[in-house]
Amino acid sequence: MTKIRVFEDNANQLYLDAKMPGLTHMYSGEEAVAVGICEALRISDKITSTHRGHGHCMAKGANFNQMFCELLGKVEGYCRGKGGSMHIADQANGNLGANAIVGGSMGIATGSALRAKLQKSDDVTVCFFGDGATAQGLMYEVMNMAALWQLPIIYACENNGYSEYTTTEEIAAGSILERARAFGIEAFNVDGQDVIAVNKLASDLVEKARKGKGPFFIELMTYRYHGHHVGDINRTYYRSKKEELDWKNNRDPIQILGSFLETEGIASDAELMEIRSIISREAKDAVDYALNAAYPDISEVDMHVFQEV
Amino acid sequence: MPEITLSQAVNQAIAEEMRRDSNVFLIGEDVAEAGTPFKVTSGLVEEFSTERVIDTPISEPGFMGLAVGAAMTGSRPIVDLMFGDFLFLVMDQLCNQAAKIHYMSGGKLNVPLVLRTNLGATRRSAAQHSQSLHALVAHVPGLKVAMPSSAYEAKGLLKTAIRDNNPVVIFEDKLMYQDKAFVPDEEYLLPFGEAAILKEGSDVTLIGTSSMRQVCERAAILLDKDGINAEVIDPRTIVPLDENTILNSVKKTSRAIVVDEGHQNFGTTAEIASRISEKAFYYLDAPVIRMGAMDVPIPFSPVLEDLTVPTAERVAENARKIVSGELVHAL
Repeated sequence: MTKIRVFEDNANQLYLDAKMPGLTHMYSGEEAVAVGICEALRISDKITSTHRGHGHCMAKGANFNQMFCELLGKVEGYCRGKGGSMHIADQANGNLGANAIVGGSMGIATGSALRAKLQKSDDVTVCFFGDGATAQGLMYEVMNMAALWQLPIIYACENNGYSEYTTTEEIAAGSILERARAFGIEAFNVDGQDVIAVNKLASDLVEKARKGKGPFFIELMTYRYHGHHVGDINRTYYRSKKEELDWKNNRDPIQILGSFLETEGIASDAELMEIRSIISREAKDAVDYALNAAYPDISEVDMHVFQEV
Repeated sequence: MPEITLSQAVNQAIAEEMRRDSNVFLIGEDVAEAGTPFKVTSGLVEEFSTERVIDTPISEPGFMGLAVGAAMTGSRPIVDLMFGDFLFLVMDQLCNQAAKIHYMSGGKLNVPLVLRTNLGATRRSAAQHSQSLHALVAHVPGLKVAMPSSAYEAKGLLKTAIRDNNPVVIFEDKLMYQDKAFVPDEEYLLPFGEAAILKEGSDVTLIGTSSMRQVCERAAILLDKDGINAEVIDPRTIVPLDENTILNSVKKTSRAIVVDEGHQNFGTTAEIASRISEKAFYYLDAPVIRMGAMDVPIPFSPVLEDLTVPTAERVAENARKIVSGELVHAL
């Protein structure tokens, strides 16, 4: 979780320093969702990610160097600089890619689960998406098929309370969980700031899905510390600073886990500080590496439109 | 060499490829026991079971998306889209997802899927079941587009499509499913990007896609009677497009008419005509003529619908004009 937080802090700084092309969407505040779920997965299990996807990538095994290189459009990035922040794919770790169309990966994730079923493999696919994506029709089409065919997929709805610049109450009628239940899909609500609770639930559902008891749906209540994207700085028109501070001070997933570890005598405050400083140094090195890394050769512009047979 | 229908040719191509490669499966609405409304896939479910011939709910974006995900993880799905008009329903999954994934991932992921659908008017099906929308997908980098013009091409191009590692959209003319052609007994594949010269000629080049190939062939017979020797070319695939065969022909004949059933505005005819004008301009004796479907939603009434698509008579009429040197700016 600290790796994700530190990654995002650095990415935000790259934006503020005008060193990063384009915009990016921060995962800070939602770390327990990606980590709690991906810790329940093995490498051959698949995930699909979203425009707010750095956390999913890191939790599924991505490394700092290739991540920062991709954010800066460098050739050593996960997609040779062709995808950028919103399209990081890392298939070696089972990450089928982030998606810049809200809800756009729901079909892909469900298709990956269909593939596993056809192959009689016990791999599970997790489809990450936000509360905003529950307004897309595709979700209901693929959940229907996943339920009909008992596919090994877990739909993980990160409900961070905001659909871009609009509160979830304004865009979602009724209950999101009940929508999944209408298809006969078992659906659960969990505190998305409590990584242990998330992991416990995810581990249980992943094991059930491996045995052919899928699909499942989880709504994870969480919060994004930043705006919709790094440029969304003046946001008091849709949410208060008080609300943001309340989540940061009282519901922070890293602090919640840290307190638990200290109370249980597993790690001391000093040890946790040490972990953070080691990760910060690694991130700084990776940022320096990426800033100095090469851009793709211009001959790559029309490469990879088609794969040669 | 047996003579089989286009529908049988498609069925054979799918069956042969499913036998050859267990990663191939068929998915779409009513593809199993029903065998599609056109009965193209009849019998496949008996051989391959419902595990590999998968009936879906009426959820085109949903099953298109499933196919993209299955293709990304090792399957080679054939998606049956009942009518070409439903392309508008699957555009995000096809054009924002399937077409771009290989490029966006820097070449790491690929999407080997085939989207089988159809085109063609004059079936009295009105504006939402009669469109020829291949130009829409041909516009999007990352998609290949095949347009078989008979049973022979339908089988050979579909088998190539299934083995391609990229998303391929293949358009069958729904009016041609019962049309017969000779198809070899032995296995064959037709390469993409290689046009066929169906008739050699010296006076004008007629380029016809899909069923417009037959329109051009009939026009050539009409022109023969007037002493005009037309060359007829079928591009077979429009992405990739065999530019060389077309340009070499036009350099020889100095005149070209491009015939296609998609709407004429911003269409396939415009693209091919413009490439000829750019690359063979100094060989031309007349403007390149485009003949696409009329730029109206396809009407239901037969007397109106028949006006909207190119006919052999109108192709021949235009050919006579440009061969005789008549001014054709007002066409």
